[in-house]
Amino acid sequence: MAWETIIGMEIHVELATKSKIFCSCPTTFGAPPNSQTCPVCLGLPGTLPVLNDEVVKLAIKAGLALNCDINLSSKMDRKNYFYPDSPKAYQISQYDLPICSGGRIEIEVEGKKKEIRINRIHIEEDAGKLIHMVEEPHSLIDYNRVGVPLIEIVSEADMRSPQEAVEYVKTLKSILEYAGISDCRMEQGSLRCDANISIRRVGQEELNSKVEIKNMNSFKELIKAMEKEEKRQRELYSFGEGHKVIQETRRWDSGKGRTVSMRTKEDAHDYRYFPEPDIPTIHFNRNLVESIEKMIPELPEAKKKRFKDFYQLTDKEIEILIGDKPLAEFYERTVKVGAEPKIVANWILGDLLKLLKVEELQGSEIPIKEKDLVELLKLIETGEISGKIAKEVFETMFKTREEPKSIIAKRGLTQISGEEQLERYILEVLENNPQSVEDYHGGKKQAMGYLMGQIMKATQGQANPQLTKEILTMKLQNLK
Amino acid sequence: MELRTMSIDEIVTGIKNRKIKAQELIETIYKKIDEVDPILQGYLTLCKEEALKQAKQIDEKAMKGEKLGKLAGVPVAIKDNICTDGVLTTCGSKMLEDFIPPYDATVVKKLKEEGAIIIGKTNMDEFAMGSSNENSAFKATKNPWDIKRVPGGSSGGSAAVVAAGMAPLSLGSDTGGSIRQPAAFCGVVGLKPTYGLVSRFGLIAFASSLDQIGPIATNVKDCALSLEVLQGHDPMDATSVREEVKGNYLEEIEKGIEGFRIGVPIDLLKGGLNEEISKAIEGSIENLKELGAIVEEITLPIVDEGLSAYYIISSAEASSNLARFDGIRYGYRPKQFESVEDLMERSRTEAFGEEVKRRIMLGTYALSSGYYDAYYNKAQKIRDKIQKQYEALFNDYDLIVTPTTPTLPFLQGEKINDPMEMYLGDIFTISANLAKIPALSMPCGFSKEGLPIGLQIIGGAFKEDKILRAAYKLEQKLQVTKNVSVGKEGI
Repeated sequence: MAWETIIGMEIHVELATKSKIFCSCPTTFGAPPNSQTCPVCLGLPGTLPVLNDEVVKLAIKAGLALNCDINLSSKMDRKNYFYPDSPKAYQISQYDLPICSGGRIEIEVEGKKKEIRINRIHIEEDAGKLIHMVEEPHSLIDYNRVGVPLIEIVSEADMRSPQEAVEYVKTLKSILEYAGISDCRMEQGSLRCDANISIRRVGQEELNSKVEIKNMNSFKELIKAMEKEEKRQRELYSFGEGHKVIQETRRWDSGKGRTVSMRTKEDAHDYRYFPEPDIPTIHFNRNLVESIEKMIPELPEAKKKRFKDFYQLTDKEIEILIGDKPLAEFYERTVKVGAEPKIVANWILGDLLKLLKVEELQGSEIPIKEKDLVELLKLIETGEISGKIAKEVFETMFKTREEPKSIIAKRGLTQISGEEQLERYILEVLENNPQSVEDYHGGKKQAMGYLMGQIMKATQGQANPQLTKEILTMKLQNLK
Repeated sequence: MELRTMSIDEIVTGIKNRKIKAQELIETIYKKIDEVDPILQGYLTLCKEEALKQAKQIDEKAMKGEKLGKLAGVPVAIKDNICTDGVLTTCGSKMLEDFIPPYDATVVKKLKEEGAIIIGKTNMDEFAMGSSNENSAFKATKNPWDIKRVPGGSSGGSAAVVAAGMAPLSLGSDTGGSIRQPAAFCGVVGLKPTYGLVSRFGLIAFASSLDQIGPIATNVKDCALSLEVLQGHDPMDATSVREEVKGNYLEEIEKGIEGFRIGVPIDLLKGGLNEEISKAIEGSIENLKELGAIVEEITLPIVDEGLSAYYIISSAEASSNLARFDGIRYGYRPKQFESVEDLMERSRTEAFGEEVKRRIMLGTYALSSGYYDAYYNKAQKIRDKIQKQYEALFNDYDLIVTPTTPTLPFLQGEKINDPMEMYLGDIFTISANLAKIPALSMPCGFSKEGLPIGLQIIGGAFKEDKILRAAYKLEQKLQVTKNVSVGKEGI
């Protein structure tokens, strides 16, 4: 009998505000420990939280982008727990009246479209970070992250496989990036997801105990963790040990490649939620929602369609471009400056992505100027440099940010297109390779390739390949 | 120079006219403190050096004829749960025995901007929980009228130092009567403003939805003047009034109360109230009538349930507000501990007093899953009901008058082992906090033994002007403090 997997996702996203949720401290990632703190975010006695308007606006924007109902009245609550990462010993969050409820997004897995419902989106503050010292009896705390604004997006349990769940997170990530709500960097923790997984027999109505898994920092880890958990549960049920699947939270240990139990329902916290008395009810009117709606830029779905219609890119190309917002933007800007859409897509998805990967850079950190790339493409088109040289020039542009022309001039890379000049090289090569000439005439056409290679070597790749081939063919004919 | 009889207005005018030197005034205050405070125990920390420096600057400004603030040279005592930049702020607790905030509370900033001089921090019940100052971790302040008796609490220190002439003005905080009850016990005027009129930024929270800072002074006008300085929107406190308030209380204060409709809960004056208090209140009511007010009998919103609701809500909020004191970042920390949990547990076990622990337990219980609806939620519903009932009452009445306390100042040790008895003392004061409305306590007479009796005037939200007008006229008419010398056991 077949099994069915049921997955719901809880996603925490850091909002792209300049300052924290309740004070004016900056939210920049990677600053020296505790350099971005003040009495308010450190929860010093007597200080009070004041809600950053920008947080409310971004949460509304997220709600609109994910087709949610926006609640014109919502409130903040306190979630009480003792842990040193929380300097007030409570997290200010939203409990029973979140800012957005009931949204949905469409995902596509193996060509099939599916709607995933969103239960709610609520606003909350992030906690600090504990740094456990190896072989030291103490731990350190970095409070830079405390008070960084978050939204938590809770889906319904609508996903039926780890692939669907990953696709849901990818789609959501790309919507949030496009709408400018978050930079969604999983590796920096600005997008964190927890998955709730249970399995049941196909046809069974009631749900079995669900397990929450945490601590997956990349899509790769996410799918691995979910597949592993799915397998663990299936095995337990299959071997009559279904009672061992209990409602619990498990942490994904990427090193060991398995999930490890963190806490069960019995030792779950009683968070003693109650309305935050320091922050009045959040009220706003329709006008604000409408003005925010107008500010939402083109979202991925619409962009995909446009890329297909306008630039005639393949589905695969579109997927990669749209999947990386800054990259897609770079692409469009380059096309606007004057690049041929299809050709520049090849460059961006090929050489550029490869270099970004090697240098461990993000799509937002592309060091090449759009106009320089356009210039480079023109130089190829006019035959001033060969495609091979262009690759070298491109790499140099990437590393030194220089203009292509100055690189070419500096290194003397201009294509040799003068017929006389080329002829000299060609004759020299023919003279030095009589065997190849003989082979060619004997019917071994591949000897032509060898000779071309020798010419390129002699000209350090600067020979115009088209022209070289023409002259070479002619000369060989003549020698016959 | 006898400070007890000198008003803030007299001080400020004197300094402006260079009849009084701020430095001399401050010296005189500290001399008085040296003399009286060893017995009274009102202050926890003194800031003499800084105060004299400030005074010198004020004198220099006065000499040069520069513009001086509304409170230029006025010595002010601050309750020790209100943060003062660079000055110890302990909340009367071992937990914060070494806590020096790196910021001023907004009220302190405002006082300083108007030229007031902070002379010291006053004793209080630990974290403002208590009605006798016996819950302070450091000392028990005595009542200046009879040193065997308590000064009330939790702002007992702030009330006692004003009553004993050790400061003409002090700040207290009031969560369920903590300004008004000690003001009544010490024979001074104390005002709890409308929730939100005065910023709470820098007030170490007890119960955030009830706490409010207010002035304690020897007379009504001084309260009015200081409220003008303290009030207003604060971008650092989201619960402070949104719009700019411009209550010109002093301008209004002389207007009288001709035609004011005043409600009095007569039934409360009869059932179980101390007879001397009852008589003093009745006498004041007659005076209010003579001043032109129309006095009518009313029934106060649910009183007993209000008391329960108050203790549930305030304790619930306190359990959360006090959770941050875990020994990790600041405050008390034991020398030895096994783990981070052990560190938190020991810090809290060793540094919190009995009453604070009692309220944390009570509040934690009231918020626990399974009990939330029966306690916290129900208490909130009662609070809403009380709020609505007061709103309705203030549609018909300008003011409501009650006693501030059901008893006279009690003896030290008399109630400390009976928390219920202690809590019942708040019966008249808590509803103003629950309903977020302003209320003032003023002396309206003395018992045969010479103990002060407090009268409470409650107004509608942001109707401090009406309260102050009535209080001022009544004060003028009663002249209580002028005719009474301090009781035989007093200072």
